[in-house]
Amino acid sequence: MLTYIIRRLAIAVPTLILVSIFVFTLQKLLPGDPALILAGEDRDPAAIEFVREKYHLNEPIALQYTYWVQGVVQGDMGVSLRSGQPVLKLIADKLPVTIQLAIMALIIAFSIGVPMGILSAVKKGTMLDYAANVVALSGLSIPNFWLGIMLILLVSVNLGWLPASGYESIFVDPLRSLETMIMPAFVLGTSLAATLMRHTRSAMLGVLKADYVRTARAKGLREKVVILKHAFRNALLPVVTLSALLFGELLGGAVLTEQIFTIPGFGKLIVDAVFTRDYAVVQGVVLCAAAGVILINLVADVLYFVVNPRMRSTL
Amino acid sequence: MSAIAEDQLAAAPAQHGGSRPWRKLRANRSALFGFCIVVFFVVIALLAPILPIDDPIATSWSAVRKAPTLAHPMGTDEIGRDIFSRMIWGARASLIAGVISVLLAVALGVPFGLVAGYFGGWLDQVISRATDALLAMPFLILAVALAAFLGPSLTNAMIAIGLSAMPIFIRLTRGQVLSVKTEDYVEGARAVGLNDFSILLRYILPNVFAPVLVQATLTIATAIILEAALSFLGLGQQPPSPSWGSMLNVAKNFLTQAPWMAWWPGAAIFLVVLGFNLLGDGLRDALDPREI
Amino acid sequence: MHKLLLAALLAGSALASPFVSPVLAADLRIGLQEDPDVLDPDQSRTFVGRIVYASLCDKLVDITPDLKIIPMLATGWSWSDDGKALTMDLREGVVFHDGTPLNAEAAKANIERSKNLPESRRKSEVKSVESVEVTGSYQVKINLSAPDATLLAQLADRAGMMVSPTAAAAAGADFGNNPVCSGPFKFVERIQQDRIVLERFADYWNADAIHFDKVSFLPIPDTTVRLANLRAGDLDMLERLAATDAASVKSDSKLTYAEAIGIGYQGITINVGNGDRAKNPFGQDPRLRQAFELAIDREALNQVVFEGTFAPGNQPFPPNSPWYDSEMPVPARDLEKAKSLMKEAGHETLDLEVQVANNPVQTQVLQVVQAMVAEAGFNVSLKSMEFASLLQEQTAGNYQASQVGWSGRVDPDGNIHQFMTCKGGINDSKYCNPEIDRLLDAARTSTNEEVRKSKYDAAREILAKDLPIIYLYHPTWIWALDKKIEGFVPYPDGMIRLQGVKFAS
Repeated sequence: MLTYIIRRLAIAVPTLILVSIFVFTLQKLLPGDPALILAGEDRDPAAIEFVREKYHLNEPIALQYTYWVQGVVQGDMGVSLRSGQPVLKLIADKLPVTIQLAIMALIIAFSIGVPMGILSAVKKGTMLDYAANVVALSGLSIPNFWLGIMLILLVSVNLGWLPASGYESIFVDPLRSLETMIMPAFVLGTSLAATLMRHTRSAMLGVLKADYVRTARAKGLREKVVILKHAFRNALLPVVTLSALLFGELLGGAVLTEQIFTIPGFGKLIVDAVFTRDYAVVQGVVLCAAAGVILINLVADVLYFVVNPRMRSTL
Repeated sequence: MSAIAEDQLAAAPAQHGGSRPWRKLRANRSALFGFCIVVFFVVIALLAPILPIDDPIATSWSAVRKAPTLAHPMGTDEIGRDIFSRMIWGARASLIAGVISVLLAVALGVPFGLVAGYFGGWLDQVISRATDALLAMPFLILAVALAAFLGPSLTNAMIAIGLSAMPIFIRLTRGQVLSVKTEDYVEGARAVGLNDFSILLRYILPNVFAPVLVQATLTIATAIILEAALSFLGLGQQPPSPSWGSMLNVAKNFLTQAPWMAWWPGAAIFLVVLGFNLLGDGLRDALDPREI
Repeated sequence: MHKLLLAALLAGSALASPFVSPVLAADLRIGLQEDPDVLDPDQSRTFVGRIVYASLCDKLVDITPDLKIIPMLATGWSWSDDGKALTMDLREGVVFHDGTPLNAEAAKANIERSKNLPESRRKSEVKSVESVEVTGSYQVKINLSAPDATLLAQLADRAGMMVSPTAAAAAGADFGNNPVCSGPFKFVERIQQDRIVLERFADYWNADAIHFDKVSFLPIPDTTVRLANLRAGDLDMLERLAATDAASVKSDSKLTYAEAIGIGYQGITINVGNGDRAKNPFGQDPRLRQAFELAIDREALNQVVFEGTFAPGNQPFPPNSPWYDSEMPVPARDLEKAKSLMKEAGHETLDLEVQVANNPVQTQVLQVVQAMVAEAGFNVSLKSMEFASLLQEQTAGNYQASQVGWSGRVDPDGNIHQFMTCKGGINDSKYCNPEIDRLLDAARTSTNEEVRKSKYDAAREILAKDLPIIYLYHPTWIWALDKKIEGFVPYPDGMIRLQGVKFAS
């Protein structure tokens, strides 16, 4: 197991390097001169030249990349061209926000998707199955930004139950934090619920046919006990690992949801950075998100192998 | 030896076509429902140029944001264009965006996956690491960067979505190839002396087909939503041509003044995505080897 | 058991919340369209940044809603006879947020910082300043290399904002992380893309006019969501209400509507001399451009896209500006004349590519224009681009026509000189006419308003025929406020000045 983990971590390094090179090159290929944007409307030539000099924008791309790597190795991920703030600080400020949103979204997705998946599997082929499918899929098919705006109009403006936007850290003011995050988490969670539901359903279907379930039924156990205690426990594992994978995806930042609810997380940061050609920010954020995804995938896989000893032979 | 090998080749299960999956699909009501929805919208999209509808980009200052009437069954938009015809033409844009981007993802992803899974070695390592790198990047960010790089347009949005979805198919194909590679009939084919290309084509690819088809159907739904998302950021279909995503994006500014501008594209996106998902699920159930 | 505990905790914290903040605190929450960039007046370049400065940093002079220059930190000023020296008297008794007094030394340090700080983006604004002398403990003399009538107006904006020299010297280019100025409110905290919080500065020289304890700026980019926040009570006022929401705010009894025609403009810049792409009929023949302009119905455009709230325009200054040439009013649509001009120029139809920023409002504007000019025979194809790419293509000359705007400057020179002179820094059309250069250079050196107006009028006669820029409209700044706010005065520069503003009691 340990060698497996070390091997995966070792592979992660070249993967991250690949990611950073790819993103860097892509950014530099984007048309648009950040110095022009950053120098201001007046386009003072002195200001433009100053920006270019200071951020090495005149130098060849490969050289700029090495400057960046040098910085990263020393713990300096550069500064935002737009605000002058260190990228590391921006990430440190916004990562907890995105993590909180991701966790809340996942909890919601889990609470909707898993029970519906179980129900769907147990009542396979009935109207309940179809209905559950449709409900779960509606969460997926309604565009996030759409659902978000409708919720704001309904819940904040008309009913006044929750604040329309903003963010508070859960460590500073837990109640307000929940108030501001529950709607965006709900919007994100409902789109993930469908995926979770489908996987739960297929995992349960596979498990319900298994011998030990037949044995449990033969033993005369109540159906509910059979489903929840025996079938579900075993179906749970692939669902949990999927949840871990989804968490990793959420780390990428729920761009549209954050935009609508003005949650100062990764997603908003990176989209703005791409549009203003804020290279260092995009580099830093993508690298962090990628590292997070790789790490979480690793944790999910290890979890799978730990709980399912039979799979260990494939290691 | 060759006789035994040939025997085994003959016994290799036919993995594509066949009547059993079809029957299963037809019996699955929700999948059928999904199929009908998809066919309905595809037909509308195809027939758009010949249907007797208004010009989708003809503006009219006197008919700005009018509620649905007989003349304009779905109302008019913010510069007086008929929403009904824009919905029909928008179907073309949205469906094309969905289908073509997934076709691109499959056309690139499956060969890479085949090569990686079948040949293994350093080729596999390189392709897998590159795939990991692409998968580790946030999907939307990749799409945004690509669309920004290529310039805002529907075509470029399709390319961006296709490239972002490609790694999924690489992974999927590779996984399938790995599991099929060790089967007896493949060993037998090699023993008989078939070259790699023939083996890939005749024995591996058919096995890959089913899961790829299922994944493709589901990814089309995602691609349509992504086009709407890219429109929100100004990177999808560009005006004055309509797409459901860009129509929905504009409509959000008029929710109180002209709510109908949002009903139709919203409902259409919902239905189409639902349709593709139900169809994909049905395909998965029908082609599930465990149930044969 | 656990559930009961959790419920009790939640109930307890819900009850506790109202007691946390003092009931009588007057906290103002303002919704902004974007997050400001760096909060250093010498480095800043965003419009919304200036909104924050209106509360954070006072400046040497300010403007009235009629764009007249009035005292703020400077109580009086006078020009030398040759126009090459400006003597300013400073207000006594003003201190910065850190206690440093505002005196002549501080003013001199500020102007020199705008000129000399490497990161300064104000250099072109104070280009004419050669040196600053301290001629009294509260008097400075600014020596210019050449007469510059625009200087006072520059000092009414960021170049004239006074920052604490002690703090600036200590922080250097990082001043923006903790700005120290002398405005009515001082900096408390900033969370990027979330909020900027300022609190009342007790020693403000005009403290009686300030009626809030705290001001928070909350960037909320989506206009629908921003209004929803105001309606839900999470904001007290917002800037840049969408024109299409104007009617609903006007009819809402809980909200107040305020507007002021801005000093900026939106138009179509045409490539007449910037590289190869200028070498096409549209870029070379002014008659085609005149035809294009005549095919546009600016009133209808304003009505359809902006519900009539914006101001149709045909000059760099809005029709209500004292610099507007009333001899050349906004032309009505004349399709016949447009078609005949086109025929005269030898074209029945003409293909044209216009690039536009990929945001909903500007694309809507251009789609309307596209439909209008089509009736005259122009086949316009829209090229929607991201702003960064748009800017690049424009400066490089890789465009035929581009729909862009300008945020506007108090001094008329700021709306025209750099765009129309041969060596102008923002002259993307590369229009070059020595007569225009002569007129505009003369206009910026004379301090006599009548002389200046006559020069601008003369320039307008020429430009109305050459049309390197076809002006379309002047955006109106629109604010929506909670009914309980009194005393808000709309200014054409779009700024929110809180002196005299308060919650109704």
